[in-house]
Amino acid sequence: MPSSSKSRLPEILKSHETDLLQEWIESQKKSASRKISAADEKLLLSQSREFLSFLRQAAQTGVDVDIESPTWSAVRDFLVALAGSRAKGGFTSTETAVFILSLKEPLFNKLRTNIQDPAALAQEFWTATLALDRLGLFTMEAYQRTREEVISRQQKELLELSTPVVRLWENILALPLIGTLDSSRTQVVMQNLLEAIVSTRSDIAIIDITGVPTVDTLVAQHLLKTVAAARLMGADCIISGIRPQIAQTIIHLGVDLSAVTTKATMADAFQLALKRTGATITKAVAGK
Amino acid sequence: MERIPILSVSGFLLVSIQVDMHDRLALTLQDDLTEQIVARGPRGVLIDISALEMVDSFIGRMLSNIANMAKLLDAETVVVGMQPSVAITLVELGMPMRGIRTALDLEKGLAVLRSIAHSENQNDPHGEEDDAGSVL
Repeated sequence: MPSSSKSRLPEILKSHETDLLQEWIESQKKSASRKISAADEKLLLSQSREFLSFLRQAAQTGVDVDIESPTWSAVRDFLVALAGSRAKGGFTSTETAVFILSLKEPLFNKLRTNIQDPAALAQEFWTATLALDRLGLFTMEAYQRTREEVISRQQKELLELSTPVVRLWENILALPLIGTLDSSRTQVVMQNLLEAIVSTRSDIAIIDITGVPTVDTLVAQHLLKTVAAARLMGADCIISGIRPQIAQTIIHLGVDLSAVTTKATMADAFQLALKRTGATITKAVAGK
Repeated sequence: MERIPILSVSGFLLVSIQVDMHDRLALTLQDDLTEQIVARGPRGVLIDISALEMVDSFIGRMLSNIANMAKLLDAETVVVGMQPSVAITLVELGMPMRGIRTALDLEKGLAVLRSIAHSENQNDPHGEEDDAGSVL
């Protein structure tokens, strides 16, 4: 890097701040794919102004384009917050990247009108491009990180939400499964079911798969594993809620579920479970 | 030498594994139990593994073998009180232990053995009267 003290970037940023801001906003609005409401524009304006001032401060202390250095920490923090709020607000990755990249055009225009010496101009262009590109990449990384955090949190919540074990009757448990079964979910389902079997001393567990959209060989294998583990502990499993489509799929795939008791509906399974535990349900006689 | 005690309770043998199972111990248990079954002629064997926290494939196979040996000597075996983690491990190891009866706890295991003995007595018209009485 040539000596940064000669850079006129901070000076230009300072003296043309209002112009720059105006043109930048215009350029952002032009590249926006959706309609920008008045509230959005206000937010955009304040964000842009804030970013410019941070950028100026960072550039003032000498334009080295190493954005990892402490000089740029304020800019970095601002961008992380911006990317985070945009990721949560449903902005696309392009919309987030455009925030930084659209600053190039107005900034380059300003540099061109203010610097006459071609060599110096080229140098300034290069410095500005490098800095903005790196900031753009940094923003994208922050955006992506936020999105990944959201995804992993949702996965965790889904896992917790979708595996309740319900006590139906004395010694009878029900496990209504909702959603696709994968290996990690099966692990949680199995664990929950087995622990509930121990704590409630239940003999029979009904696994209801009405909410499972598809049953492939892998899902069937997971189900069989759960049934086998429950059996090892001394509890019987009944699989219920097999929809016509799923029954066809299971047979077409050649999955052998003959070792497990299966029932079409939860009601049938419950009736069988009651019979096995020796309980009966009778209707009260009316008019007595 | 360390041994796992084998108790006789109302016509059944009760084995309660309260210590960490290691390979030598499992082999000793296998010897002791088969001898006891031959000597006492019990109708059933209860193996309580509620204190067993960990199994490996060897111990899993030993349990399975013991149960099958007991069956060969005409005594039904019920494994009771298996911990969830143990059950998951056995399934993941690909040992679903087919042919072994299981129950949640000792009480339920005893009930299973009694009902088996009862149904055998009913099927056998020459079954001894006093046996049927104790079953109920």
